[in-house]
Amino acid sequence: MIDLEWVKDYIDINDQDLKELAVKITKAGINIEKVITNHIDNLVIGEVMECKMHPDSDHLHVCKVNVGDKVLQIVCGASNVRKGLKVIAALPGAILPLNFEIKKSKIRGIESNGMLCALFELGLEEKNDETYDKGIYEVNDDAIVGMDAMEYLGLDNTLYELDVHKHRNNDCYYHIGFAYEIGAILNRKVTLPDDTTHPLKDSVQKHFNLKVETDKCPYYLAKMVTGVKIGESPEFIKRRLNAYGMRSINNVVDISNYVMLEYGQPLHFFDKDSLGDNILVRDAFEGEQIKTLDGIERKLTKNDIVITDGDKPVCIAGVMGGENTEVTDNTKNILIESAIFDGVSIRNTSNRLDLRSEASIRYGKGLSYEYTLKTIERACHLLEKYAGAKVLSGTVCHDKVDKTLETVIFKSSEISTLLGISISDDDVKVELDRLGFPFEYNKGEFKATIPSRRLDIEPYVNDIAEEIGRLYGYHNLVSTLPNVPIKKGEYALDIKYRKIISKRLRSLGLNEVKTYTLISPKMASMFKYEDKEQIVLPKPMSVDKSVIRTTLIPSLLNVYEYNRDHKVSDVNIYEIAKTYDNDFKEESKICMLMSSNYLLNRWHGVNVKVDFYLVKGIVQNVLDYLGFKNRYTFEKKEIPDLHPGVCGSIMLDGKQIGVIGKIHPSLTKDDIYAVELSLEALMSKVKPIKFKAALKYPEIVKDMAFAVKKDITSEEVVNVIKKAGGKLLTDIKLFDLYTGEHVSSDEKSLAYSLTFSSNDRTLSEDEVMKVFENIISKVEEKLGAKLRNQ
Amino acid sequence: MIEDLKKSLDSVNTLSELNEVKAEYLGKKGYITSLYSKMRDLSNDEKKSFGAKINKIKTEATDLVDDKKKKIETKILNEKLMNESIDISLPATEIKVGAPSILEKIVEDIEELLMSMGYDVVDGPEVEKDKYNFEMLNLPKGHPARDAQDTFYVKGDELLLRSQTSPVQVRTMLAGKGEKPIRMICPGKTYRRDDDDATHSHQFMQIEGLLVDKNISLSDLKGTFDVIAKHLFGEECQTRFRPSYYPFTEPSVEMDISCHHCKGKGCNICKNTGWITVSGAGMVHPNVLKNCGYDPKEWSGFAFGFGAERLAMIKYDIDDLRVFYTNDLRESRVFDRKEDN
Repeated sequence: MIDLEWVKDYIDINDQDLKELAVKITKAGINIEKVITNHIDNLVIGEVMECKMHPDSDHLHVCKVNVGDKVLQIVCGASNVRKGLKVIAALPGAILPLNFEIKKSKIRGIESNGMLCALFELGLEEKNDETYDKGIYEVNDDAIVGMDAMEYLGLDNTLYELDVHKHRNNDCYYHIGFAYEIGAILNRKVTLPDDTTHPLKDSVQKHFNLKVETDKCPYYLAKMVTGVKIGESPEFIKRRLNAYGMRSINNVVDISNYVMLEYGQPLHFFDKDSLGDNILVRDAFEGEQIKTLDGIERKLTKNDIVITDGDKPVCIAGVMGGENTEVTDNTKNILIESAIFDGVSIRNTSNRLDLRSEASIRYGKGLSYEYTLKTIERACHLLEKYAGAKVLSGTVCHDKVDKTLETVIFKSSEISTLLGISISDDDVKVELDRLGFPFEYNKGEFKATIPSRRLDIEPYVNDIAEEIGRLYGYHNLVSTLPNVPIKKGEYALDIKYRKIISKRLRSLGLNEVKTYTLISPKMASMFKYEDKEQIVLPKPMSVDKSVIRTTLIPSLLNVYEYNRDHKVSDVNIYEIAKTYDNDFKEESKICMLMSSNYLLNRWHGVNVKVDFYLVKGIVQNVLDYLGFKNRYTFEKKEIPDLHPGVCGSIMLDGKQIGVIGKIHPSLTKDDIYAVELSLEALMSKVKPIKFKAALKYPEIVKDMAFAVKKDITSEEVVNVIKKAGGKLLTDIKLFDLYTGEHVSSDEKSLAYSLTFSSNDRTLSEDEVMKVFENIISKVEEKLGAKLRNQ
Repeated sequence: MIEDLKKSLDSVNTLSELNEVKAEYLGKKGYITSLYSKMRDLSNDEKKSFGAKINKIKTEATDLVDDKKKKIETKILNEKLMNESIDISLPATEIKVGAPSILEKIVEDIEELLMSMGYDVVDGPEVEKDKYNFEMLNLPKGHPARDAQDTFYVKGDELLLRSQTSPVQVRTMLAGKGEKPIRMICPGKTYRRDDDDATHSHQFMQIEGLLVDKNISLSDLKGTFDVIAKHLFGEECQTRFRPSYYPFTEPSVEMDISCHHCKGKGCNICKNTGWITVSGAGMVHPNVLKNCGYDPKEWSGFAFGFGAERLAMIKYDIDDLRVFYTNDLRESRVFDRKEDN
């Protein structure tokens, strides 16, 4: 939050429309999310001229209030309302926070033309018992009747609420840093506030020993003031802190907050007399304890930084002070600390303790050393002026900061190339000046120095290009296309296969779905058909997303159930996704889930149901499309969570590449079929397509039927037929499967239609019959089958 | 006689009636056939002219009968076909083709465009090294920007579920060995520790692009973004850059499109700004180039990243991110369709 009235202390922006300025600043990269004004219309200072009890109430008062141009009758319920009191009066038309509009009304029969306000009613204080009991706000006697109340309170100002990217999180969140940003945008100079003091001869060095024993504190400064008189803060400090959302405590505490909001550097005030003569900054001991200002006992670890009095902790560095050295109403002498601590360490400590303070937030974002000294001097100046303090001369100092400023050497042409716009040497000079980046220029070469407050800027020409680019305005960029050779883009091989298979499955009627990689342990325990250990996240967000899946079937089953529960019919879906096992081996899986009807036109009697053989047909279609005809088989094998009688492995070149089967009836009442294939297994090379001329000679078709034992598979029969049929047998089709009264109970009948043909002649009935009979005898002999008479 | 025949034929309605008439005139004992028997009694000359006359009459009669036959047959066929008439308004047998997931559709849209501009489409592992996901991208351990990508760690602090697709850029540059120019996009799944709600998802899809070559500028990025924006959202789509910050690019920008909903006037969707942010992008940071073996003095490049969900939400007016992972087929089936860009 930035208070624009406050910013005016450092830069002249009186000529600026603050809403337009906000747009300019946003365009240059500092995103102003909201421009807030506290102004409320029809809210004025009034004076109670007369105050009588309401005739019909024991607590309401009927007041005559002078609001400048008129005297109004207003009913007021506050106990502190009295004649002569100056008050804040909300007149009809005023809209108070929460959209509460003041209207002329009657309260218990008495006309009331407004409302006398408490601060909480104006959104300036929290509403609670304490603020409620205070009653209406008592305005100082010197206030001018009729004056705008917010202006009187100093709250009639404009605030910018920032939403700034992390890199500018430090320098844009204090008023002087923000003034520099405005300075760069408007090309104006920034004036720093007065930090002069009248130091005593006595030096702080005589009163304090400083020792820093941790490298997480590269910079530690301390100054001392004596004779402090704790009291109320001056109005402007109260007002500004209030507008920022900080409560005024007393002049001393307020000053430490005030200068932090000016320079971004947090200070810590120790009560010198409780602290003693030593400061030792070190890493905390494991388990060491300190009671912080908020009264809570905190346990530290060796990763935290503590300020100690040489022995016991007095402050968790950069996070919060200890109760033992707190500044109280009786404090006379103060040791002021201004230091740089390691941001990551502070962030970790603050996160671990779940303790976020104004200081820890600032340290966490990273701090520049540039204002560490200035802030402490400014604080002394204000303490001298507003708290009657006497400043001791000198500073206790531990300084291990490398203060060499980073520089960038570049030519303007490099900036031009990076931005794609023409920028001259003169342009660069102007822009660097605006930015407040000192530079040397020598024969076309710039050497720019990066101010230390700009922690975000690295010593690269790219960084300078960005600064110049954003001030120049990205809307001024011209669109061009890269000057690169023309070529065709390609899919990486695995993506190509994914696309091919995906398109094929869609054309076969399956809908693509996308599900989560992370699944629940329950889902992870299902369909474990491979010998794979799963990755369990060490720190999951929730149990139901704690395991990295090795199969997609459970996820697709969830999609099925969701759709079924929403009365979606014919759920035929697929997903292709990566899976990972515990050895971090990656495998892309193609998963399909099919159910209910494949083709349906009920009135017309068309109903192709999804069953095992249809799903098998889909798989065959895909495998054939990929060029694997005659290289794959389906082998019966029990698969966990699939119907033990209706499932198997899909084999390619004798290796398992996937599974197929019906979902186990114990998991669902519905007939659902699942297939899962390994994408990698399908990425092998296949033979090129070869043209085969259509037959020129007639085919001879003959049928045969066998009774075989039930456990003999059709595939076994076909294999025997194939072998016995030789070259002349060109096609085998099963056309009937029968069990029942015409065969014995342990048998089934399989009927095949065999096609015989030759490429070079018309076959004679005799030679076909010879082969045909050979087939019959081989099948009977090898499989104990009996030929059935048709 | 022909006139008589014509009259007889006029009253004929069926094939059997026609056969009767035909027999009467052209049958063995028919009028015309009987004329031939009269020829016996004529002289040779007379035979000739009489024969010619009879032939003419016969031809004429045959034509008339055939003609009538055709008419009757056509009538019969028509009657038969009329009986076979169906109600073509009855429902068709629906041929179902599957729909792509909405995300896949938008991803393919961008892939096709950028492949035509010479970008290869690649992917990398989703379980990724911290080194590739963060460190080499100028995000060392402890970098505050890591907080914004609250990450699922898989093993210690070395392996994670990638929080962005940028590690694929690192891998591609490493494979390019500081010598090969690069033009690629990497659409893929990414993961962050976000609770799933209308605008957040612990799993989401990014589409990142990277171009590394010589003399590449921010203006080239702007031009490329213009092409993508117009391809996705139509010719009238306007674009703008805003300064931004990413650790792996410098300068960094956010890329906005004019709100297609209100045409820039300001509405709920663009929060009354007229603009919608769709991408983060910038010039590849010199540190990243260096880390990946490219000399920043010689090479430069740009990188951009889109959220597939966000693009789809904008393009198809979807207001809840969870839609993409719920897979309600009633919603996704609509996307099995060609689209005009």
